[in-house]
Amino acid sequence: MCLAIPFQLVQIEGNTAIGEAAGVQRKIRIDFIREPRVGDFVIVHAGFAIEKMNEQQALDNLEAISEAANAV
Amino acid sequence: MLYEAQFRSPDGGAKLLDGIRKLNLPETWIMEVCGTHTMSIAKAGLRQLLPPQIHLISGPGCPVCVTPAGVMDEILRLSENPDVILTTYGDLMRVPGSVQGDNLQRRKAQGADVRMFYSPMDCLELAEQEPNREVVFLGVGFETTAPGTAIAVQEAKARGLKNFSVLCLLKRTESALRALIESEEFHVSGFLCPGHVATIVGAEGFSFLSEEYGIPSVIGGFEAGDILAAVYRLLRQIKGSIPQLENEYTRAVTAEGNTMAQAVMAETFRYRDDVWRGLGTIPESGYGLRAEFAAFDAERKFSFQPEDKEGMTSCKCGDIICGHREPAGCPLFGTACVPENPVGPCMVSSEGACAAAYKYQRL
Amino acid sequence: MRESLEEIITLDYGSGGKKTSSLIEEMLVPAFQNEALSALGDGAILKHQGDLVFSTDSYVISPYFFPGGDIGKLSVCGTVNDLSMCGGTPQYLSLGFILEEGLPVADLRRIVDSIARTAASCSVQVVTGDTKVVERGRGDGIYINTAGIGTLTWPGLTPDRIQEGDLVIVSGTVGDHGTAVMLARSGMMEAAEIQSDCMPLNKLAEAALKCGGVRVLRDPTRGGVATTLNEFVENGSLTIELEEGAVPVAEGVAGACEILGLDPLYCANEGKMLVIAEETAADEILNALHRTPGGENAAVIGHVTKRYPGKVVLRTYLGGTRILAKLTGAQLPRIC
Repeated sequence: MCLAIPFQLVQIEGNTAIGEAAGVQRKIRIDFIREPRVGDFVIVHAGFAIEKMNEQQALDNLEAISEAANAV
Repeated sequence: MLYEAQFRSPDGGAKLLDGIRKLNLPETWIMEVCGTHTMSIAKAGLRQLLPPQIHLISGPGCPVCVTPAGVMDEILRLSENPDVILTTYGDLMRVPGSVQGDNLQRRKAQGADVRMFYSPMDCLELAEQEPNREVVFLGVGFETTAPGTAIAVQEAKARGLKNFSVLCLLKRTESALRALIESEEFHVSGFLCPGHVATIVGAEGFSFLSEEYGIPSVIGGFEAGDILAAVYRLLRQIKGSIPQLENEYTRAVTAEGNTMAQAVMAETFRYRDDVWRGLGTIPESGYGLRAEFAAFDAERKFSFQPEDKEGMTSCKCGDIICGHREPAGCPLFGTACVPENPVGPCMVSSEGACAAAYKYQRL
Repeated sequence: MRESLEEIITLDYGSGGKKTSSLIEEMLVPAFQNEALSALGDGAILKHQGDLVFSTDSYVISPYFFPGGDIGKLSVCGTVNDLSMCGGTPQYLSLGFILEEGLPVADLRRIVDSIARTAASCSVQVVTGDTKVVERGRGDGIYINTAGIGTLTWPGLTPDRIQEGDLVIVSGTVGDHGTAVMLARSGMMEAAEIQSDCMPLNKLAEAALKCGGVRVLRDPTRGGVATTLNEFVENGSLTIELEEGAVPVAEGVAGACEILGLDPLYCANEGKMLVIAEETAADEILNALHRTPGGENAAVIGHVTKRYPGKVVLRTYLGGTRILAKLTGAQLPRIC
């Protein structure tokens, strides 16, 4: 119950934003995002951004997977 | 930009699989409780890669699968109302009620106004465009979906819409997990927890698993690399003796979760007893609209009164989604119930427990 | 005195009287410009030698104008492609319209022009046709049927010629058309870059067939690549094994499918071709496709084995095995 994809915010107007992912654009609600800024990445489920995500977090997560693998 | 390709095809994939094999676990059952995990695991072809004694089974994690037949029947009855435009996610279109073959897609073909949407916000716009019709949104889902559904209701109120309502079918993941763990036949050694539910409720939302029940669990993301890493860490925990809650999906899940989303949910919903296919009535396990949103509650508007239809057919979906029975153990599997003509929801989703078993049984 | 065309199609245009004639004479004949059609007989008189390939398809797509094409272009490509996949050189088309009362004539004109351009681009002539009009509410604007005739130039292209060790080639990116139409129809997203790949395949087919070593061709339309490959091996002893990393998918299509929960392998294609080829011929075929417009992204995506009789499987990025079964119905967007 969880299909959600990262979108990048390209335009913000109050609680609504235009998000873009791989050339697809959609109006999304950003009510749950603290201090959203154009250029931020957010995970979007059913037209609602449920969390921000940034490059460093992605890299850290990737690193953790590698660590688990290397520790085998 | 967020390294999706690397998560999809992780460098350490082979090592993690090797690590799983080296754990040399006995017959072990681990359960995922998220329809999206079910699909992602199938997409990654993960099950065939795990050692045969590791059984990764699907639990009551698909909101479609846990919707009782009686509720589905009432939804189908609602679709007969000529004033109603029934709006839904695609997931519900082929789910049968208590009568095999009777589903929203069939009703649509017979003339019911049923329309699919990606977001409930689009349904608000529809309500504005069609002031003489009643737009009813089928609000299924768990905590990932609940906050957005809440916004749709609040927004409907803010706009003063008179012709929009939500059938609030939202459910709480924690309730299903507790009911499952406390059931007699429970034999699962660890849980793969849904990453996006955790995004909302926080890692803390799942700590009860290890703290209260001593069950190992790992919150996992949805790419192949996430799931593989999460499964490895879960099995490693099971091999060791100290149950914990681990968070694999750190890029999206924090300890406390999304507190803004939680606040909106608290403003809009209250807990209530709810009926789950396979688990029966669980106290405080569902979300209902608060009194101040009564005008947007489709249950009130349309006298929604589902009957108890469990046990009407030989369908064993309830047992299967709880992991108490294998698909092959259902008397209807592969005979009366096949993907082209499903009796129960486990056969509807292309990767649901039964549909998947049907596909792979002769591999 | 000729009746001139009005702004919308009315029932009279289907009645066979003056209005029908005006439609034929003012729009259709000038658009298609050939002797056989201009003779305006009940049927077309054509010359032919040798074996014929004959195919028909009906087109009901909605919306009838979509990113990358329209129902008219589709109605030519669909039938031309069926003929080409059989090893035929397409030559003649029949064109049947079922128009809904109220259809804007400007839309019809645009569709007819599109048919004419597409037919000219693959050297086929529209030689006979028919127009009917149905009452408002009974038609979706326009439905088209085309039937096509061509010369059988490369006989023997059938699935039973497929052998263990053969390679599976696709002529380009998959899922474009199905995704573009799903987006256009649902209004769920805006995706400027996702266009239907609708195009005639006769030149691509010719390029591959001239190399030799082709067992069978097929264009993966409804149900996508996965469904078409199943048709090749179901009920038999062979397996088609695909490599997930080898399947070309355009970035926009991959993104849109991810968001909606669709699988590009099951989305329709209207300008792509699957080639099952002898292993030794694959390189030459691939080069020939790369040099032909529309084939730039051609790739080997799998091979034929005997491992799982009758099935199509996908080796995933993780190295796992996923069965690609035939769908029971159309793919639906999901949030779960």
